[in-house]
Amino acid sequence: MSRDHGHGHAHPVNFDPADPGHDPHHPADHVHRAVRLGIGGPVGSGKTALTAALCRALGDELELAVVTNDIYTTEDADFLRAAGVLDTDRIEAVQTGACPHTAIRDDITANLDAVELLEHRFPRLRLVIIESGGDNLTAVFSRGLVDRQIFVVDVAGGDKVPRKGGPGVTTADLLVINKTDLAPLVGADLGVMAADAHRVRGGLPVISQSLVETPGAPAVADWVRAQLRTLATVG
Amino acid sequence: MDLVALMLADSRFPGGGHAHSGGLEEAVARRLVTDEASLASFLVGRLRTAGALGAVFAAAATRDAPGRHAELDAELDARTPSPAQRAAGRAQGRGVARAARRAWPSPALTGLLRATPRPHHPIIVGVLVGDPFEAAQTVAYHAVTGPATGAIRLLGLDPFGVNAVLARLAGEIDAVAGAAADHAGAAPVDLPAPASPGLDLLAEAHDRHHREEVRLFVT
Repeated sequence: MSRDHGHGHAHPVNFDPADPGHDPHHPADHVHRAVRLGIGGPVGSGKTALTAALCRALGDELELAVVTNDIYTTEDADFLRAAGVLDTDRIEAVQTGACPHTAIRDDITANLDAVELLEHRFPRLRLVIIESGGDNLTAVFSRGLVDRQIFVVDVAGGDKVPRKGGPGVTTADLLVINKTDLAPLVGADLGVMAADAHRVRGGLPVISQSLVETPGAPAVADWVRAQLRTLATVG
Repeated sequence: MDLVALMLADSRFPGGGHAHSGGLEEAVARRLVTDEASLASFLVGRLRTAGALGAVFAAAATRDAPGRHAELDAELDARTPSPAQRAAGRAQGRGVARAARRAWPSPALTGLLRATPRPHHPIIVGVLVGDPFEAAQTVAYHAVTGPATGAIRLLGLDPFGVNAVLARLAGEIDAVAGAAADHAGAAPVDLPAPASPGLDLLAEAHDRHHREEVRLFVT
């Protein structure tokens, strides 16, 4: 809960009558660490392909690494390695105990361990992409794990998905509607999907893309660059 | 029971435990555990071996003396022949440490983490809980809840049935904790060393398999 008070940002509302208060403008302690970007979404929506595209697009500009949470353990890591986009030692796979949403939301220990291991291994790391295992529309990343999160849905999963909402679709910092090239083949209405997405997200950004037509995911890569700039000035 | 012990025993505690099945995933893959009866047998075996060992060290870690915690940590290493089990114990101890630095900061915790930055799980539980019996009980219970919930996820067993299996272990858990508390003041080198060669072999086999093929749990 927050309250805007007219100079460009909001302050938390405190419900504790006994709290002596503190200077809300005191800067947070800043410890250098990589920016953490979560990529979540249902099974098969294209999370790994987007991760690979971002690695290709951003890999020459900054030091990055990937943590993958796929329930099939090494599948995603192998895909990224085989795609030749990242060195093996820049990818860490996390076992989620058959609960991918738990590992990114309720108990983020294993993911934090993996991120910190990568930061230790690459001290100049600027971005860690944490890819969740395929899950349902209610799965979101904990703010204790990621600074920003992208939720990926795909056209072939049905054009009613954005309308269904759920925290992933409604609250992610960026919603990606993927595989737009498939729309005519599966009878999906891209206009309906985009309109529903904008309606349920209250102004948060939406990007529709096809990695077949634009393999480098340029719009998403630009969004990530903007987030990195914002987080750098905040930090 | 102390609230710290209750929180540490809670399967929702964010210490990384949910990704460990305590050898159950490998046992399920080999069809050694298939139903409630075989799960109950697996859990009793685990409780009396790995569970009892952890309980002993949790109780012993409630006592402080110069160098004692580092020595306990090394003695527990020496009683854990499987490298995968040692890594799992330290990963979960580190997970508890991460949560505890925020939830229960204290000079005792700072001292422990200075001596052993990645302590074994029972050692940090002992330091946080303080009471030997409750620390032992927490670790003994933890030794069976991981595999029990793993069985629900991997075999689709009835959660009420698995819960009843756990409930029937109450007497065994208290007996293990009571025996552990009796040794709380012993020198680390003299502590009991209940062994579980079967679980050690399952842990090593599981570790090899998850490098080669599909596995859902770390252990």
